[in-house]
Amino acid sequence: MAAAGTLTAEAAQPAGPPARRRAGWVPALRAPKIAIGLGIVILFIAVAVFGPTIYRVNPSSTSTDLLQGPSAAHWLGTTQSGQDVLAQLIVGARISMFVGFVGGAIATVLSLFVGVLGGYLGGVADEILSVFTNIFLVIPALPLVIILAGYLPGKGALSVAIVISVTGWAWGARVQRAQTLSIRKRDYIEAARIAGEGTMRIIFSEILPNEIAIVASSFLFTVIFAILTEAGLAFLGLANLSSWSWGTMLYWAQSDSALQVGAWWWFVPPGMCIALVGAGLSMINFGIDEFVNPRLRSAGISTSRRPARPSRGQSGRRR
Amino acid sequence: MSELAHEAPSPTAAEETPIPGARPAGAHDVTLEVAHLSVNYVGGAEPLHAVDDVSLTLRRGEMLGLAGESGSGKSTLAYAITRLLRPPGEVTGGEVRYYPRSGAPVDVLSMSAGELRRFRWSELSIVFQSAMNALNPVMAVRAQIDDVLRTHMPGLSRNDRAERVASLLGMVGIPADRSKAYPHELSGGMRQRVTIALALALEPEIIVMDEPTTALDVVIQRQILAEIGRLRDQLGFAVIFITHDLSLLIEMADTIAIMYAGRLAELAPAGELYRTPRHPYSRGLLDSFPALHGPQRHSEGIPGAPPDLRAVPPGCAFHPRCGWAFEVCHQLVPPLNSSPLDTDSRDHKVACHLYGDGAPNPATLANQPSDSDNAGHTDG
Amino acid sequence: MRYVTRRLGFYLLTAVVAITINFLVPHLMPGNPAQILIANFRGRVSPAAVKSISALFGISHAPLWSQYLTYWRQLLHGNLGISFSFYPATVASVIERSLPWTIWLVGTATVISFVVGTLMGIGVAWRRGSWLDATVPVTTFFSAVPYFWFGLVVVYVFGVVLHWFPLFGGYSSGTTIGWSWSFMASAFYYSILPATTIVVSSIAGWLLGMRNMMITTIGDDYIVLAEAEGLTERRIMLAYAARNAILPSIADFALSLGFVVSGAILTEIVFSYPGIGYVLYQAVDNEDYPLMQGVFLVITLAVLAANLVADLCYGALDPRTRQGG
Repeated sequence: MAAAGTLTAEAAQPAGPPARRRAGWVPALRAPKIAIGLGIVILFIAVAVFGPTIYRVNPSSTSTDLLQGPSAAHWLGTTQSGQDVLAQLIVGARISMFVGFVGGAIATVLSLFVGVLGGYLGGVADEILSVFTNIFLVIPALPLVIILAGYLPGKGALSVAIVISVTGWAWGARVQRAQTLSIRKRDYIEAARIAGEGTMRIIFSEILPNEIAIVASSFLFTVIFAILTEAGLAFLGLANLSSWSWGTMLYWAQSDSALQVGAWWWFVPPGMCIALVGAGLSMINFGIDEFVNPRLRSAGISTSRRPARPSRGQSGRRR
Repeated sequence: MSELAHEAPSPTAAEETPIPGARPAGAHDVTLEVAHLSVNYVGGAEPLHAVDDVSLTLRRGEMLGLAGESGSGKSTLAYAITRLLRPPGEVTGGEVRYYPRSGAPVDVLSMSAGELRRFRWSELSIVFQSAMNALNPVMAVRAQIDDVLRTHMPGLSRNDRAERVASLLGMVGIPADRSKAYPHELSGGMRQRVTIALALALEPEIIVMDEPTTALDVVIQRQILAEIGRLRDQLGFAVIFITHDLSLLIEMADTIAIMYAGRLAELAPAGELYRTPRHPYSRGLLDSFPALHGPQRHSEGIPGAPPDLRAVPPGCAFHPRCGWAFEVCHQLVPPLNSSPLDTDSRDHKVACHLYGDGAPNPATLANQPSDSDNAGHTDG
Repeated sequence: MRYVTRRLGFYLLTAVVAITINFLVPHLMPGNPAQILIANFRGRVSPAAVKSISALFGISHAPLWSQYLTYWRQLLHGNLGISFSFYPATVASVIERSLPWTIWLVGTATVISFVVGTLMGIGVAWRRGSWLDATVPVTTFFSAVPYFWFGLVVVYVFGVVLHWFPLFGGYSSGTTIGWSWSFMASAFYYSILPATTIVVSSIAGWLLGMRNMMITTIGDDYIVLAEAEGLTERRIMLAYAARNAILPSIADFALSLGFVVSGAILTEIVFSYPGIGYVLYQAVDNEDYPLMQGVFLVITLAVLAANLVADLCYGALDPRTRQGG
């Protein structure tokens, strides 16, 4: 996604130490994009966690109502084997979101390790780490994931999450390296180094707090990537097909020719959910991006580029 | 308080209103007239008055220096005059009139987009502060000059344009073989020369220079300034030179305008300002750099700091830092009027209650020489 | 020149790494399903084929490094092994006949997506504050949509419901493959839906990237100067703003290509489009490991080559790279 490129440009950061910056956070959360995005994501998390206890239908239990459209008995219809689509959707949310967030978390930790360390240490270590990063960046992710997942003995959710994180860390690493490089040049870092503070301590107490926005943003991107990749893997048949996720729903829909028989209620909802979660995460990201780069904000004032005509308002004041 | 009455002629009606109405076309030597210009920045709870009721005149071939600290509004004023103001800035009042060599005066602020495009660069051009960012990084420098020529002089053939580009670069001292270089391949000084060559491309009447040498080291600064002086003598354009470095202006400018918190504090011919500054702020500025000759003395800064434009002090914005402030200074904004003193020329204007009616001891203040006379520092 | 050599060197290194990963994965994963399959095939496969497959999958007892060298030797001879599911066809031949379809599909879709997305990005950024801003959330939504799901919807709507386009395949079964007009027309017709899927899903990335970069660039000083110079709006927008803003998009083309290829694979599956992605799907389905690995290699090398081209374009467009590489 080319949109990622903007975050490698230097974000506008104050020259001073982190404390002043944190105060500016709270108003950011009120921005409409972030609020809507956050709302969507939290909703889905809630569904994943509490859904199955509320909607107590077994997604795997078959029935005789084969391939029925949405009805009072089955709100989202049934599958080829009479299973309830809505139940599958709700239970499926768990694995999809789990793989997404866990995979994203692991990938973010990996990317922080490589990116921040490389950016901070500089020199040969940085060169090696960044070549390493670039290699994983350039090798196309899905084919690599397929190869790795194809040989995996057990295809549990955690294994899939790990495989995905191994392929998805590189982008975040690049962004964080760029950010670390720019922060490292600042005077208060030099001061800390001269004062003899240890490398790890500087990284944790001075550099990382300033990078939180960027790290959050790359975490969210990686979660989107993980959810989409999990769905893709499941669609290909490379996930644990006996457990439910949005991706496996699509696999079964495809292999049972839901398309040809027009069972739209079967394959539309899972993809819709993926898209909504993805859109929600993207919106949060968008909001963070605008927060970090003030030029991107569409302020309430017109940002029209035409030469400003003077407004004949009050002409001067006299007290 | 009537001592002042026989010291100076009472202000006539004409002198009360700082700038009279439109002058007859062509006949005058005035090229640009700014009348009661005000610019606000909107967006916060209250609008910021970045430029407040500023009026000044620029004559043909004149160098007008615009001095002030950061935040005084000098750059904003320049952008407003050239209609480069971007939101959240907006002009809230006043007029800017341009008098071409022939033809009727033009109201700059209400020109249409098309007129503005034609007016720009051919009549008025700009040199920005940091040439590092002012040049397009992906175009060779000669291509950027060529661009301007192509837009404004479509009749010119390719060869003529190339010739003109070469002669412009030669004028500013850039060798011909560097003309196809990209901005990042040139040194800071050379880049600044390129922007000057660009500004001269259409031989405009007025060039606005916004801190053109601030980002350069002193040696290069000297060279560039000398270059500007030479080109002025040769081509005869007027300059509005914006800087925080008053010493530069005293050397080079014909007239100096001093801005403080968005308003004009003083406006005077350069030499006169140097010898007899009237506004306490101007005195403070001049006192803060040492003279090369004369007896050793205390160099003082001005206590305090320029006000945050969100909270400008009532009345005269300078009064909290002013040693001579009295009651009316807290209440009334002083108007920019001609100096009432005989020794000052007619063009010397100052916005200070000390020179209005009701000032406590104007005579004693007016008669004090400033430090630049090397006569020592006496207290009021 | 230094820039070119550096980029070339990097991609060669990456290719070596990719090939090595390809070699190591079956060796490192616990259990070796290939072994079972070889046993099944043993009666029907020539000893030479068994040997090459053994080398590919580490079934031989030679030390690891010698297997690695054998692997390289085979590769350089264009031997990617023999496909299990398409036996006796070699992996190379299977890939050979499916690759052109993918190149056509991905190639045209990416070019269209890049060009249209970038132009729209320029337009949206330039006319900021107008109705065009609404395109941003719309395209963001589409970019979060999984390609293949979107493909399903598209096929459903336009194929099943409206019957405007065919549901699957690369060409109608009536025509024969060849350079005839009827074949080309049929192939084109069949590629419209899959291509549209890819374009719609990927266009947001280009649009947003370009838009954001344009907005950042528009705030730069040289744009103000260009405006002050009285240049026409079009000239400023294109030669000054866009020309600078597009650079990160081209630099990021590399990353985007990875995503596009992934999406294309899945799209081909949905449409049963006879490209390399569909082949991969079948390979996974049939546990055809040689084919899987062969496809991975070909896809990766193709992406690397495309990236190299993109990097060279970037080097040509940004004069700052010519100094000091």
